[in-house]
Amino acid sequence: VAWVNAIIQGVLTGGLYALFACGLSLMFGVMKVVNLAHGDLAVVAGYIAIGIIAVTHVPVLWSFVIVVPIMALLGYVLQRTVLQTALDRSVLTTLLVTFGLSVVIENGLLQFFTANSRGIGASLSLVTGAFTIGSQISIAYLLLLIFAVAVAVLLGLQYFLSRSKYGRLIRAVADDKEAAQLAGADYRHVFGIAAAVAFATVALGGIAFGMYSDLDPTTGTDTILLFAFAAVVIGGLGSLWGTLVGGVVLGVAQQIGAQINISDELLAGYIVFLVVLVLRPQGLISRGVQS
Amino acid sequence: VSLVTEPTARQAESFRVTRSQRNVAWTGAVALIVVVVLAFFPYIVYSGTTAIMVQGFIVLTLASMWNLLAGYAGLVSVGQQAFVGLGAYFVLILALHGLSPFAALPVAAVASGIAALPLWWLVSRLRSGYFAIATWVLAATIMLVIEKFPSIGGGTGLPLPGFAGMAPTLLTAYTYWAGLAVTVLALIGIYLLLRGRLGLVLTAVRDDEVAARSSGARVGLARLLVFVVAGVGCGAAGGVLAISQLQVQPSAVFSVQWTAEMAFAVIIGGLGTIEGPIIGTVVYMVLQQTLASYNAWYLIILGLVAIIVALFARRGLWGLIDERVNIRLFPVGFWLRTGDAANRRAKDARNG
Repeated sequence: VAWVNAIIQGVLTGGLYALFACGLSLMFGVMKVVNLAHGDLAVVAGYIAIGIIAVTHVPVLWSFVIVVPIMALLGYVLQRTVLQTALDRSVLTTLLVTFGLSVVIENGLLQFFTANSRGIGASLSLVTGAFTIGSQISIAYLLLLIFAVAVAVLLGLQYFLSRSKYGRLIRAVADDKEAAQLAGADYRHVFGIAAAVAFATVALGGIAFGMYSDLDPTTGTDTILLFAFAAVVIGGLGSLWGTLVGGVVLGVAQQIGAQINISDELLAGYIVFLVVLVLRPQGLISRGVQS
Repeated sequence: VSLVTEPTARQAESFRVTRSQRNVAWTGAVALIVVVVLAFFPYIVYSGTTAIMVQGFIVLTLASMWNLLAGYAGLVSVGQQAFVGLGAYFVLILALHGLSPFAALPVAAVASGIAALPLWWLVSRLRSGYFAIATWVLAATIMLVIEKFPSIGGGTGLPLPGFAGMAPTLLTAYTYWAGLAVTVLALIGIYLLLRGRLGLVLTAVRDDEVAARSSGARVGLARLLVFVVAGVGCGAAGGVLAISQLQVQPSAVFSVQWTAEMAFAVIIGGLGTIEGPIIGTVVYMVLQQTLASYNAWYLIILGLVAIIVALFARRGLWGLIDERVNIRLFPVGFWLRTGDAANRRAKDARNG
C-alpha cells in the first residue's frame, strides 16, 4: 500500500511539474528561446502573490487573478524588449541573457527578501487538508486541485493553439516566421503574445509551488527550472501533453525514490531523466501539438 | 589542365597570409616577463594579496575554459561547476589516501577530463538551450551522488588533509604557485589548441556549420575535445579551490555561482577571444573586491553588465579595444597581407 501511495502522490505532483514545464516548452516551441530564468520568474510570481495577499487581503486562492495578468504583461514586455533584441543577435545571446537574468533575479531576491523561505496560505484548510482512502493513502486537496489546474491549463493551451486566432498566428510564426511576416502577421507581436501566455503559466506554477511547498530565492533554479526541464525531456521536446507525461513520470520516480530512502527523492528523478535521455532522447511522446 | 587563369594567379602572388601583423615573439616575451614577475609575488606582497590573486587565477582559468566552450565551440554549459566540484573532490580523495594535495592536483585535473567523456555522451544528445540545462542537471546529479558517500564527508564535506607540519607562509606560496601554474598552462594549452587544426575546425563551424561538415570537418569530435579540455581545466581550477579553501564542501564547490562567474567574466571581457577572459577576470575581481561588503550585489551588477554587453557590445571590452588599436596578444587567426612588402618578397621569389 505504501508503494501505491507513493505512485498516487507522484502522479499528483506530476501535475505541478507539468505546470512548470508547459511554459518552458511553449517558449522553446515558438521562439526557440530556452529561458534559463524560467524558474526564477516563477519564484518572482510567488513573491508577488505573497505581497498582494499581505497588502490587499484578497483570498489566497484568488491571488492568481491579479498575479497572472501582471506576469503576462511582464512576459510581453520582456519578450518585446530584451528577449527580442537577444533573438535578433543569435540563439547564443538569448542563452547568455536569460542566464544573466536568472542570476540577477535570484541574487536580487536574496538581497531584498533574504534567504528565508516563505509559503503561500500555509494556514489555509485547503492547503493543509487531505482526505483518506483506506488507512494509509491520504490525498491532499491542494495536490488534487493543482493537478486539475494543470490539466485545465494544458486543455486551454491546446484549444488556444489549435482554435483561436492568436493560436493559429503563433503556430504559423513558429513554423516559419518570415513567411508569416509576408502574410501580414507581425511576428514580434505574436512572439510577445506567446511569451505572455507562457508567463501566465509560469505565474500559476509559482503560486502553486508556493502553496504546495516553500519558496526561497534558490527554488527557481534548484527545483522549478531543473524539474521543468526534466519533465520536458522525459515527455518529449515540443510536445504539450508530453509535459504532463514527463511531469508524472518524474513525480512518480521521485516518490518511489523517497520511499526507498528519504534522501534519494531528487536523485531518483534525475536518474530516470538520464535513462530516458540515453534510451529515448526524443522523449516518451515524440509527436505533439507543436511538433 | 590548370583551372587558375593567368591574371588571378599573378594577382595571388601579391598576397601573403600571416598569423599576425606584429611579431608574436614580442608578445611572447612580454607574457614571459609578466609570468616571471607574478611568480615572485609571494616574496614581495602580503599573504592577503596572494589569496585574492589565487581567487583571480581560479576565475581566469574557469573563464578561459568557458570561453573555449561558448565562444569557440558554441556550447553554452551552465553545469561547469560539475567539474569544479569533481576536481576538488578528486584532490580530497587522493589527499585522504595520503597523497600531497599539490601532487594530487594534476591527477585530479586528468581525472576530471576523463569524467567528461561519459558526461559528454549524455549531454551531447541535446542542442543549445537544452544542452545548457542538461549540463546543469548533471552537475546537480553528481553532487547528489557524492553526498551519498559519508567517507568523503557526505553532505557536509571534509577539511582537506595533508598539510600537517607545513609552515603557513610556505603553504600560501605553494598555493599561489599552483594557481599561477594552472592558469598559465590553461592559457598556453588553449592558445596552442586554437592555433592548430582544432582552431580551424571550430572557426569554420562558427561561421557555417553545414559548410564545415560538408567539407569534412569532424564537428562532433572537435566539440568532444573542447568539452574534455574544459573538463580538465575546470577540474584543475576546482583542485586549486580545494587547496586554497583547505576544505571541500559539496554545496560550495558544486554551486552554479561558479558558472555565473566564469560566464560573466567572459561576456564582459569578450566572447571568442583569448584576451577577453583576461580583461573580464580583472573587471570581475575589481568589482568583487570593491563590493565585497555588500553581499550579493557584485553578482547582480556583474549580471546586469553582462546582459547589457551581450546585447549591445557583443565582442565585449576586448572587442572595443580591438576596434581602436587592432592588436592580438594571442594571434590564432590569419591575416591577409597585401602591399609593397608582400610584393617585394613575391618578386624576390620569382627572380631568385
